[in-house]
Amino acid sequence: MDERERLKAFEQTVLPHLDAAYNLARWLAGNDHDAQDVTQEASLRAFKFFGNFRGENARAWLLTIVRNTFYNWLQKNRSGEIAGELDDEALAVEDVSVNAETVNLRFADASVVRRAIAELPVEFREMVVLRELEGFSYKEIADLADVPIGTVMSRLARARKQLHKRLAGEFGSGGKQ
Amino acid sequence: MNCQNAKPLIEIYADGELDAARILELEKHIHECPACALAWRNVQILKKSLKQDALAFTAPIELRRDIIAELRSQVERAPRWSFGNWNWMTAVSSTAVACFAVLLVVTLIRPSAQQQLTQEIVSSHVRSLMANHMLDVVSTDQHTVKPWFNGKLDFSPPVKDLAAQEFPLVGGRLDYVGGRSVAALVFQHHKHVINLFIWPLDKRGAKPAVWPSIQGYNVIHWSETGMTFWAVSDLNESELMNFVQDFAAAETLNP
Repeated sequence: MDERERLKAFEQTVLPHLDAAYNLARWLAGNDHDAQDVTQEASLRAFKFFGNFRGENARAWLLTIVRNTFYNWLQKNRSGEIAGELDDEALAVEDVSVNAETVNLRFADASVVRRAIAELPVEFREMVVLRELEGFSYKEIADLADVPIGTVMSRLARARKQLHKRLAGEFGSGGKQ
Repeated sequence: MNCQNAKPLIEIYADGELDAARILELEKHIHECPACALAWRNVQILKKSLKQDALAFTAPIELRRDIIAELRSQVERAPRWSFGNWNWMTAVSSTAVACFAVLLVVTLIRPSAQQQLTQEIVSSHVRSLMANHMLDVVSTDQHTVKPWFNGKLDFSPPVKDLAAQEFPLVGGRLDYVGGRSVAALVFQHHKHVINLFIWPLDKRGAKPAVWPSIQGYNVIHWSETGMTFWAVSDLNESELMNFVQDFAAAETLNP
């Protein structure tokens, strides 16, 4: 395929998912500047490897590249944040207290939810973003993050427990933190 | 089903990923158990809180613009062509440049066939260096080389000597490229050999374009006056481009 045709196809199939790419990068990196860097680098890499794209889910394909680009970037720039050999048990949040679980959760304001997600460890945060914001299935997330489905489910469960606790705390204690 | 095995399924059910066989059982349990009913309600509220549009970030317009601009400029650069030095440039009117640009785009279509041809040309170049097959006619005299092709080819290739530019002609031979007989002119630059393959092609001019190098050999292609030219050498890109420009600028010998 001619380079121009290749770019045209890329612009039509992959670039429509640039918002999703930026959204994931923004949630992972935590700020706009780094998210832009990651998204830009991932997009250029995606074009380079566009020949490997087999016409399956373009959004999942692009987000896989964004995710890999992000972790490479993280290694280079903030290696302290990587949990290393990720031990799901070690990362597990302390058990949600019986009290928090019996609280009637109420619909939470976006700014409150945003802060709660941002506080999650990055390995849990990405599961929440991929599942709830991007709407991927367990299987799709497992492929995208290259982990077993069981890991997706356990990380999601732990992430939700932590979110539940944070959001319940917002109301349960009656005071904002 | 009891609370212990119902609890982990509640989220999976809320995510729409629970298998049908267990859905009925779970629903029945939730209906009967207040604690699980609360957990079920809470997970739905949590999911709803997470589903807000306000939580999704949108790519900034300038990011989108930058990415598209960068990709387009990458595409414009590949395959890279050189406009050469400005002296050469100024010899060509801007209109001609515009025409060439259009023609170049036309000639770049069907790269797979072109890639195959490039590979063939490089192979032919390598073969000429390996065997005693480089030259059928050994002469540094263009007046000897040009007539030699007469009767061996159905066209008369332009033969030029570039000794003054340090690219002396050393001879020529018949070769076979792209399913036809072609003229191969051999030039030398210090210890380096340049093969210039020439055959007639029914298309208009194309500016010299540097092709991706193959096996360490650089390839430059152009066409003019009904002939197509492929120069291949282990010379570096800019020296080979100098050769191409000198060749294009030199006077054609009139037989």
